[in-house]
Amino acid sequence: MSVDVDPELIALPDEPVVAVRASRLRLPRSPKILIGFALLVLFLLLAVLGPILAPHDPSATTADLLQPPSGAHWLGTTQSGQDVFSQLLVGARSTVLIGFLAGATATALSIVVGVTAGFVGGLVDDILSLVTNVFLVIPALPLLIVMAAYLPQSTSSNPVVIGLIISLTGWAWGARVLRAQTLSMRRRDFVESARVIGEPRWRIIGHEILPNLAAIVMSSFLFTVLYAIGTFVALAFLGVVDVSHWSWGSMLFWAESLNAAQVNAWWWFFPPGLAIALLGTSLALVNFGIDEFINPRLRAAGLSRKVARRAGLPRRAKLGLTPVLGGHR
Amino acid sequence: MPHLLRRLAFYLVTAWAAITVNFFLPHLMPGDPVQNLVARSEGKLSPQAVDALRVQLGLSGHQSLWGDYFRYWGQLFHGNLGLSTSFYPAQVSTVLSAALPWTLILVGTATVISFVVGTLAGALVAWRRGSWLDGVLPVSTFFQAVPYFFFALVLLIFFGNDLGWFPIAGGFDQGMSPGLSLPFVGSVIQHGFLPAVTIVASSIAGWILSMRNMMVTTMDEDYVLVAEAKGLPGRQVVGYAARNAILPSVSSFSLSLSFVVSGALLTEIVFSYPGIGFQLLQAVQSEDFPLLQGIFLIITFAVLAANLVADLVYTLLDPRTRQEA
Repeated sequence: MSVDVDPELIALPDEPVVAVRASRLRLPRSPKILIGFALLVLFLLLAVLGPILAPHDPSATTADLLQPPSGAHWLGTTQSGQDVFSQLLVGARSTVLIGFLAGATATALSIVVGVTAGFVGGLVDDILSLVTNVFLVIPALPLLIVMAAYLPQSTSSNPVVIGLIISLTGWAWGARVLRAQTLSMRRRDFVESARVIGEPRWRIIGHEILPNLAAIVMSSFLFTVLYAIGTFVALAFLGVVDVSHWSWGSMLFWAESLNAAQVNAWWWFFPPGLAIALLGTSLALVNFGIDEFINPRLRAAGLSRKVARRAGLPRRAKLGLTPVLGGHR
Repeated sequence: MPHLLRRLAFYLVTAWAAITVNFFLPHLMPGDPVQNLVARSEGKLSPQAVDALRVQLGLSGHQSLWGDYFRYWGQLFHGNLGLSTSFYPAQVSTVLSAALPWTLILVGTATVISFVVGTLAGALVAWRRGSWLDGVLPVSTFFQAVPYFFFALVLLIFFGNDLGWFPIAGGFDQGMSPGLSLPFVGSVIQHGFLPAVTIVASSIAGWILSMRNMMVTTMDEDYVLVAEAKGLPGRQVVGYAARNAILPSVSSFSLSLSFVVSGALLTEIVFSYPGIGFQLLQAVQSEDFPLLQGIFLIITFAVLAANLVADLVYTLLDPRTRQEA
């Protein structure tokens, strides 16, 4: 059961430009998704420009040992006098790059496996689902550590290789979701009619099914990027991947192994940890927005009490009553 | 019960896959794995150790690959995971059996607390949708995105170093002898408190969110409307809705467990907690490959066992799984 709310009542008057643009993109006008997007763009810019903006060489040692933040070193220095702010800026690139590379690869893999399993069905589905579930259950981090440890040193310092290895363990979740969605779409009328017309299989998948999966693919991509960044940071923190290469994970590795916590050098390990957390939050917020786009019922949470009253809704949303923001069908 | 039998068969297949991957991984990697290890260890490995490693990894060339594979299975059935190179001449299984109980208790307790509290909170947030409780969602999202070990570092520095409320390393006070005495258990709880808080805080968001999203959907069902319409007290109506909303949380338990375990291992490392995670770090640092592989297997088996328990609970909760035949 749902109540149609006049969109004009919901539109926030103080953000007209944003509202117009958001409606063109057909995204919910929730502050969550806007904040998430803004943060995400900021981090992407940081990844591109970070190494250029860095005021110092991140590896250069100076005489300013273990200094708290100051005008000369905005985020202080490490035990050997390296500039933490420069490390943060330079480290952004490999962290974000590996996250998005692994996310893209894993998502491609999950589309291939998930859509094939859901569309073809039968024995192929059984086998692919089994493989997917096995990958879901096996704990990823220990497996990745074993894999990375066996790689020759020259290979394990290559961020592309690390990204690809992480993607090997990150595709299964997306494949499972996509399979379920494809399965529910396979017998719908528009797919059946395409089949009756005699469309080839690749065209049905490419033109009828995939466009309808776009939101889920996007959501699983963001989720996988989040997973990949967390995993890469964990691998670097453990020192399994090359830690002489600057990333937020290797910053934390050095901070931990040189006892930053014991000497209370909070400016050393706080910035990379916070950066990872904020990047992760931005991805999760955008993902929320997409979830709300897929399932409008979740969206009502965005209604503040004030907006709800103006829209003529009861003070507390009662059972069986799902206010849905206008603009989507 | 066919449902449970199917799940059991699946876990057997998964265990087989994990063991097989574990065996073949050294063979699949580019180059000669033993040479890679020798190059990485920078002269720490003696020629005898290199030979032993070759035999252990099935690269001795004395037998065919398949012969090695079946021999490996034979060893596993005898509980033999090989010799640890860093704790030489201790068996990997001995090293692991000393560390495993710590991890099981810590991660088990923290996961149960996180699941119960998170699910209750999720139901409450969904019930009071549109109130200030919605603010829980972005906050918990942030906590979910914080890496476990970073949160652990912050807790360690604040509550361990600055305030000195909790010990900063180990699983119990050094002077004590392990046993079921009251002071020892108290010491264990004191040492495990911060690691457990870390695991709960980092993993609870997932339970809150999945329960909340499921509750929001369930509360639109007609039977909940009827329950409300006939004037049942609110608490009872929430109970009705929550009972059905909890099912996906239980069935997604297996998916999140792998993440939780990974995070818990890192948490142990930060707190120098004497569990599997700490052994993992030692194995990485000392290039102890038999121990590394043993840890991978033992964690996989533990996760599979926990999944089986989750499946049992699910079968009890959902009568549909018992009916289908």
